[in-house]
Amino acid sequence: MSEKVYDKQNPAFYALLVALVVMAVGPIVMMLMTSFKLNVDIMSDTSSLIFMPTLRNYETALCDFLWYEAAHIDYCDKTFGRALVNSLIISLISTVLTLVIGCMAAYALVRFRFMGRDTVSLSTLAMRMVPPAVLLVPVFGIWTFQFQIDGTRAGIILVYVAMNLPFVIWILQSFIVQVPIQLEEAARMDGAGPFQVFFLVVLPLIKPGLAAAAIFTFRVAWNEFLLANALADRNSRTVPVTIVNSMTEFDIDWGVIMATGMLLAIPPIIFTFVASRQIITGMTAGAVKG
Amino acid sequence: MQTANVNRLTPYLFLAPAALIMAIALLYPIGYMIYASFLDWNPSQRIGEAEFVGLRNYINLLSDAAFLESFRVTISFAAIVVSIEMFVGVGLALLLDRNIRGMSLLRTLFILPMMIAPIVVGLMWRYMYHPTVGIFNRTLKSLGLEPVPWLSDGSWAFASVVIADVWQWTPFIFILSLAALQSLPQSAMEASRIDGATGWQQIIYIKLPLMMPVLIVTLLLRLIDAFKVLEVILVLTNGGPGLSTEILSLRISRTASEFRELGEAAAMSNFLLILLMVLTFGMFFYNKAVEMRAARLRAAAEED
Repeated sequence: MSEKVYDKQNPAFYALLVALVVMAVGPIVMMLMTSFKLNVDIMSDTSSLIFMPTLRNYETALCDFLWYEAAHIDYCDKTFGRALVNSLIISLISTVLTLVIGCMAAYALVRFRFMGRDTVSLSTLAMRMVPPAVLLVPVFGIWTFQFQIDGTRAGIILVYVAMNLPFVIWILQSFIVQVPIQLEEAARMDGAGPFQVFFLVVLPLIKPGLAAAAIFTFRVAWNEFLLANALADRNSRTVPVTIVNSMTEFDIDWGVIMATGMLLAIPPIIFTFVASRQIITGMTAGAVKG
Repeated sequence: MQTANVNRLTPYLFLAPAALIMAIALLYPIGYMIYASFLDWNPSQRIGEAEFVGLRNYINLLSDAAFLESFRVTISFAAIVVSIEMFVGVGLALLLDRNIRGMSLLRTLFILPMMIAPIVVGLMWRYMYHPTVGIFNRTLKSLGLEPVPWLSDGSWAFASVVIADVWQWTPFIFILSLAALQSLPQSAMEASRIDGATGWQQIIYIKLPLMMPVLIVTLLLRLIDAFKVLEVILVLTNGGPGLSTEILSLRISRTASEFRELGEAAAMSNFLLILLMVLTFGMFFYNKAVEMRAARLRAAAEED
């Protein structure tokens, strides 16, 4: 890498790059700064860059996790803390489930070819286009009246797994195709059963694909609002739902709401910095490779 | 005998969980929705108690000015947003397809807007559009200009929603077209350079036509997603003022939760689904057609 030679570019070009970066990241930085401000600073007319940073907004949002007494909190609203726990549980479980199930299905579709690849791509594509809004009415009806799992975390997890499966199968397929079949045959020769071949030979080889799929699934489950809003009750609400609920009030507490928004944004931001290469692979796998 | 049986069953065992979950939580609900669209149904009733009304929901919708307006808003939102994003995204990719330091960092930063929750994107923009404390109006005021009613005037609100979406999704197109550009055959590029093609000629006659298959897929993926946008608009304007930003997804969720007309909401969902289906199948078969033509050309070339 270090030997790579870079072309010299026009300074105007670098100015454009800087402008693009500012445009892309600016709103996020602004949210971060606002989350460290007191409402007095937010509303004041003076420059928005100079202020005394404070953790108060985060303390208010996370008050039930604090191990010390924060002086400014008279009443601890536990809604957000509970929602954070719900969000974590729901996204983690649904990610794991989607990956395991999706991986097995993708493997079967690639290796045993009992359905044409076209049928599979067409149906995954067809599933991918279904907007959450379309699922809203039927899922609400079925979950409430037939399965009676409305208001539970399991109910929300079930929708998320189903929603993410087509995409995960689609992505993982393109990785499994590249695993040389000779490796599997060798393992089978050594006496491994189909499940052993899958878990001990194939899975370790498609780790990058799994990482990409995991990030995308987690992101959908973590960020989703509409279905969670319809299905959750007081105890299973996720973070996006609580944020929207607190926005409907007339007087918005910008500092606290920006802190909660920041907390919701942190996991995806971390993923982006840690695994941007996998994310780009995952994004391009569907379109560029066909 | 035993092992042969196991081997024959394996694919089905591997496929069963996925098929089962998608059947009960995806296909069944869609079927249920199609059935529900023929009912007069409110959320407190079981579906069995709802009255069957045939096509009444659909007919009501087609004569409902608010629905038609939100249909129009959806289409124009998707069309405007996708054309701006394609133009800017592909343009930036062509411009930045160079061997420069920091490209990977730039790509990483560009992914951020689409990774964070749409709810949070809405939140950030709502803060920036705020009439008094938002950065836009503050800047306008310090320049001595009139503040703009970003979210409180119909056409401004539509523009604001478009701007937020363009901010969030242009990077998607940028990254896909950059990947396409970098996978183009170098030989074609060099040949054109030797033939003396200028930068513009290279772009128009070589790069864009070679990128076309990827661009079409990108366009349609983005178009499908543009019909799914809901959270950003919900947080920014909640469809208002009036109906100026009320896209179909939002109208469906309001019809279901505020007006408590599940049957009508289901009929609306059906319209949206049909629209998207036409788009998706169009995309798939176009792709197939292009692939087949390429294969035919290749075969013809090999025969010569």
